Amino acid sequence: MEIAMQNIFKSFGDNHVLKGVNFTLAPGEIHALMGENGAGKSTLMNILTGILPIERGQIKINGQVTHFKNAMDAELHGISFIHQEMNNYGEMTVLENMFINREITNRFGILKTSAMRTQARKYLDYLGADFGLDMPIHDLSVGNQQLVEIAKSLMTDAQVIIMDEPTSALTENEINKLFKIVKELQATGVGFIYISHRMEEITTLCDTITIMRDGISVTTTKVADTNVNQIVKAMVGRDLTEFYPERTTQVGEVYFEAHGLSRQGVFNDVSFDVHSGEIVAFAGLMGAGRTEIMRAIFGIDRLDHGQIKVSGKVVENHSPAAAIKHGIGFMTENRKDEGLILDATIADNIDLASLRSFTKYGLIDEHNDRIFVEALIKRLTIKTQTADIAVSSLSGGNQQKVVLAKWIGAGSQVLILDEPTRGVDVGAKREIYDLMNELTARGVAIIMISSDLPEVLGMSDRINVVYEGKIMGTLATKNATQETVMTLATGGQING
Amino acid sequence: MDNTKRQQFNVMDFIGKLGPVLALAFLVFLVTLLNHSFLDINNLLNLLRQVSTNALIAFGMTFVILTAGIDLSVGSILAFTGAITAQMIIAGVHPAFAFLLGVLIGAILGGVNGVIIAYGGAAPFIATLATMTIYRGATYVLTDGNPISGAKMTNSFFFQVIGRGYFLGIPFPIVIMLVAFIILYVLLHKMAFGRKTYAIGGNAKAAFVSGIKINKITILIYTLSGIMASIAGFILTSRLNSAQPDAGVTYEMDAIAAVVLGGTSLAGGKGRLLGTLVGALIIGTLNNGMNLLGISSFYQQIVKGIVIIIAVLIDRKKAV
Repeated sequence: MEIAMQNIFKSFGDNHVLKGVNFTLAPGEIHALMGENGAGKSTLMNILTGILPIERGQIKINGQVTHFKNAMDAELHGISFIHQEMNNYGEMTVLENMFINREITNRFGILKTSAMRTQARKYLDYLGADFGLDMPIHDLSVGNQQLVEIAKSLMTDAQVIIMDEPTSALTENEINKLFKIVKELQATGVGFIYISHRMEEITTLCDTITIMRDGISVTTTKVADTNVNQIVKAMVGRDLTEFYPERTTQVGEVYFEAHGLSRQGVFNDVSFDVHSGEIVAFAGLMGAGRTEIMRAIFGIDRLDHGQIKVSGKVVENHSPAAAIKHGIGFMTENRKDEGLILDATIADNIDLASLRSFTKYGLIDEHNDRIFVEALIKRLTIKTQTADIAVSSLSGGNQQKVVLAKWIGAGSQVLILDEPTRGVDVGAKREIYDLMNELTARGVAIIMISSDLPEVLGMSDRINVVYEGKIMGTLATKNATQETVMTLATGGQING
Repeated sequence: MDNTKRQQFNVMDFIGKLGPVLALAFLVFLVTLLNHSFLDINNLLNLLRQVSTNALIAFGMTFVILTAGIDLSVGSILAFTGAITAQMIIAGVHPAFAFLLGVLIGAILGGVNGVIIAYGGAAPFIATLATMTIYRGATYVLTDGNPISGAKMTNSFFFQVIGRGYFLGIPFPIVIMLVAFIILYVLLHKMAFGRKTYAIGGNAKAAFVSGIKINKITILIYTLSGIMASIAGFILTSRLNSAQPDAGVTYEMDAIAAVVLGGTSLAGGKGRLLGTLVGALIIGTLNNGMNLLGISSFYQQIVKGIVIIIAVLIDRKKAV
């Protein structure tokens, strides 16, 4: 299938989101669509698949002008869209999810379960998925949920599959598996539109790349004819000399210590330390137990055994409130779930962990509160007109900065950052890295969980690699490579 | 013609924007148009006095609903504390002391709701539905199903003044309502406690991770709801000069209606205490106005329900 979107315009009120975008997909091509958050990628795809009505311009499918009425219409014509936030019904089974709204029934409307099972199994087997059809879908890993989505697309004979940041929650293994499947499907003539922020993926997977910025398509080239620097420059409209800022911080004394931390069935005998001014990365596969270790340290989950010391003193964190009192902050991996109150204002979100510090006899000192909030907004360069708008109206990068502002404001001396740049665009990523450097320069000890290997190698001083709830090894970042980290993360040993 | 059309349009526009306050103004305007005696100072004071018990309960309910909870047991707490306070007075306890003990008992009953919800993890609707019947049953056990009244109640100045007295010409229940409003307004909008209340309703998980002791706050909020119900109970007992075992039945519905009419979201995290006061006034004006107009109480219920639906629909439209 060939798609040609020509001179597409779209605005929401006064907000002109698309200003004459051109986009062409050749049959069987893997076409990367890149751009910062807010560049208009999702809007463009929503117009293609009939989710949003087109304002001006035209879409040709195989040479014929075709405007789909809705997502179902697009699907019936062979274009399926796998959204970043998958539209799953968590409590329902894999099978039920696969056939939602396209159930196979007999003429009395009774479900023909065995026919559905056969069909579902066929496509899942084709993708090499070995999980059962009767599992509730939320019991599957994100990677496997994605396979279900792909199987659904194939079931509808998709000729074009649009994937929006498919790998943002996948492990290295799962990503490799996904890429293999994409390549195989490409060989059968399926085209892909692939939206991602990750450079390595684009260069390894894609044939062609279109870059969008501020509602226009800046450039379209063969991936082979470009390089990372050119891509980044086209995306942000300026040069990013170095993607990761240099780590120059003077590392101080041991500030945080964990001794023999265990939680039954989750992690076992975990010991590590972090010096003040140091960034210690936690690498590993998804599900290795990294997040769980931090949740226990922060008092969200209970520890079975082990001891935590902050600045040489033993502390017991039975709740986040206790951990905060001991100067620990925790930026959780899912900001919408545990990081932010989306409907509350920026100010109220920033305040949340430090209400105590400007409250006297329970009364809030509004004046100091305001100064505090404004200072943090400025310091973290959160892009907003006012502190009094809902945090949900900010872009992903700015939302992440609000969470960070909350913990910096709380005066955290030990800062746990769980996937700090997930779903954040290139420009904001760099700002977050700079901020981490600034914090460590003031002596803050940072623990960074990251599944992004270049980030781990680019932004840490030491790396703890976790595999199945155990620390397999601690590497000095300057001696580490992607290979050594991955070897440890998959349970292997390194010699010497 | 053209002029009135434009005015009507403006009114609709305003209702969408300023919401409850203009709805109340419109209602007052309408009732006054139909019966001028509505604006008599005596009628207005009477209206406010009628509103006061519902408003007090609704103030507590506002905190509960802001956390995305609900408290169905308020009517039963009102009846139980009213009855036990009356019994204490008759048994010789000084009415002021009995009042304090009654409020303390209301706090405990509310606190029990909070503990079941916070530590038991029960859904607020189910937990308070259960305690609603338990507390009501306990009231019947306590009173043997009979109203409680006696000379020690009617002869006590303190007891009489709470429900029937005046302060600077204003009926005492109104004074209590206003004082409670001011205290709770400060608590909700000027104190850390209020911020935490909103945070729990907005995203309990994020609030917990941010160090807010959500169990403690939740229990305190249901305790507050119990306190407000028991204060309303004392006022009602004093007004009627007796404690009725079936007092306060369906009061939870009027309180919830006042909160919702005031623009507070049942999903939690959004709303204001002033809205609840206005919501209670809307319900009071409806009741009072329809009484003035001689509309049968059967129809009154239908009208009240329709008004709630309209209010919610306007609110939904605003959100879109």
